[in-house]
Amino acid sequence: MPTLEQPTLALPVPAPPSQRSSLWLTPQRRRQIAPYLFISPFFVLFAVFGLFPLLFSVWLSLHQWDAAAGLASMRWVGLANYAFALTDPWFQKSLANTLWFAVAAGLPQHLVALPLAYFIHTSFKRSRNAVVGAYFAPYITSSVAIALIFSTLLSKDFGVLNALLGTHIDWLGDADYARPAIAFVVFWRYLGWNMVLYLSALQTIDPTLYEAARLDGASRWQQFRYITLPLLRPMMYFAITLTIIGNLQLFEEPFILVDAESGVATSVMTTAMFMYRLAFSDGDFGTASAVSWLLFLVIVALSWGNSRLFGRHGSAHVGR
Amino acid sequence: MGQRMSDVETRMPPARFNHQRLIALALVGAGALVLMAPFYFTFVFATHARSDIFNTPPPLWFGSQLLDNISLLLGRLPFWRNLGISLYVAGMTTALNLLLCAMAGFAFAVYDFRFKRALFGMVVGSMMLPSFLNMIPSFMVMDLLGWIDQPRALYIPGAAGALGIFMLRQYVGTAIPADLIEAARMDGCSEWRIFWRVVLPLCGPALGTLGLITFISAWNNFVGPLVVMRSVDNYTVPLALRSLQSPNNTEWGALMAGSAIAMLPLLVVFVFSARRLVAGLTAGAVRG
Repeated sequence: MPTLEQPTLALPVPAPPSQRSSLWLTPQRRRQIAPYLFISPFFVLFAVFGLFPLLFSVWLSLHQWDAAAGLASMRWVGLANYAFALTDPWFQKSLANTLWFAVAAGLPQHLVALPLAYFIHTSFKRSRNAVVGAYFAPYITSSVAIALIFSTLLSKDFGVLNALLGTHIDWLGDADYARPAIAFVVFWRYLGWNMVLYLSALQTIDPTLYEAARLDGASRWQQFRYITLPLLRPMMYFAITLTIIGNLQLFEEPFILVDAESGVATSVMTTAMFMYRLAFSDGDFGTASAVSWLLFLVIVALSWGNSRLFGRHGSAHVGR
Repeated sequence: MGQRMSDVETRMPPARFNHQRLIALALVGAGALVLMAPFYFTFVFATHARSDIFNTPPPLWFGSQLLDNISLLLGRLPFWRNLGISLYVAGMTTALNLLLCAMAGFAFAVYDFRFKRALFGMVVGSMMLPSFLNMIPSFMVMDLLGWIDQPRALYIPGAAGALGIFMLRQYVGTAIPADLIEAARMDGCSEWRIFWRVVLPLCGPALGTLGLITFISAWNNFVGPLVVMRSVDNYTVPLALRSLQSPNNTEWGALMAGSAIAMLPLLVVFVFSARRLVAGLTAGAVRG
């Protein structure tokens, strides 16, 4: 493995001992410069691979451009790409699909994860790590491997699920089933992640609160309702925000689970997939960039709505 | 680093045993089994021929075709090479992240300098940007740099992340006494030596957690390679596996063997590090 990149990135400061006595680099001066050199690699990388592409993408979204013809063929079209996308039925369909997935895969995650976390918190002691690990394992597993195994489990003729249920459903080939099936795979993958977030917030709740409530005769349900739930609110805000951001970018699961040529492809096409296809199949980078910014606006709007619902207390001290 | 999960055990409301509880315990257990089932079937199917997998009923226990499946896989893909590329990319991403995030985290924790707050704000802000926004323009940057189909297109852009800087800043700020750094300075250490010889060796736990998180996400990355990698020889494992999938003639046994090989290292690491990983991930995410 070449390790050359590492030192060359940032380190003119730690000069070899022979140069240490150079006149203008007094220790005080070194100390002033050092922090900038230490943080510079991040900012150089961020500028080149984060900020610049972002600004470039705004610029790109205002142009019509055929990738194959080179940069010279860019033509200013103003907001035409945005107008085109907004009136394009494919875009509208993809956005509707994305929102459907966001709700169908996202809501159950939280409705299950929160009680599950509470239950594990109160009832599991010795086996807790094993249980948490089992629920969390899907989160650290390759989404491709997950999608591949699910496409065998869900296959129509020989899949395990159909064998178990005694049915003959084309889970991934029938539009009525493909969307719930994909939503389930997403749910399966992120349930443990949300559970772990709620668990970490539960662990910060002062146990004397429960004791006091018990002395006052509060039932277990009342303790949950009037102590746990309100104190979990900041974490709910945080976890739901993450789910919104993640689900609206949904790409890998539907992309791998459903064959792009098949008939159901359009009913599971998310906006991120639409954008990918515009850019890398059709070569229409301008419209694709406009679509990405439109999706970004949707994410911002929904996150804002979420902060109106759950935010208020902010998320600064969640879970610590 | 993070909260220790066992801390809590002593201060939970006392549990009562009754039927309801037993039912709920069984439900949680059953849920865990359902969650584990796909992993189980990946490994079972990896040991069966395609014709066995598509049998009714499907195989529920391990078979004997693992080696055949692997040789089938090697016939279709340069799989060991793909595995090597994946290891190389994930390893480089991890090594660079550990170094660069530690440097930046150290600087933000230890020094006072102009624009520190604004610069740190930018670090945090960079976490908020959804990754798909960057997909098209960063592809074009790679094209411009001539990095298409090269592993460096995968590990250089992600070589320093905000989450890592956050974690290391927190760790250096709380776990390493300022006196120690001052003493090293009095002894004539250069700023780099202070970082490299004094601070970095003490950052073990934070670096361990960050290394795990970085390696896992680099290993599983699919969209990055999908956009920049062109030739099968340079595919990472997820991309290579995906390329085996076809509408009709997918060799499922071979594909499952490949998936099992892709999953196995992480699952093994996970078994030994789950607690630390979970604590690190939630603590980092929570502070964000």
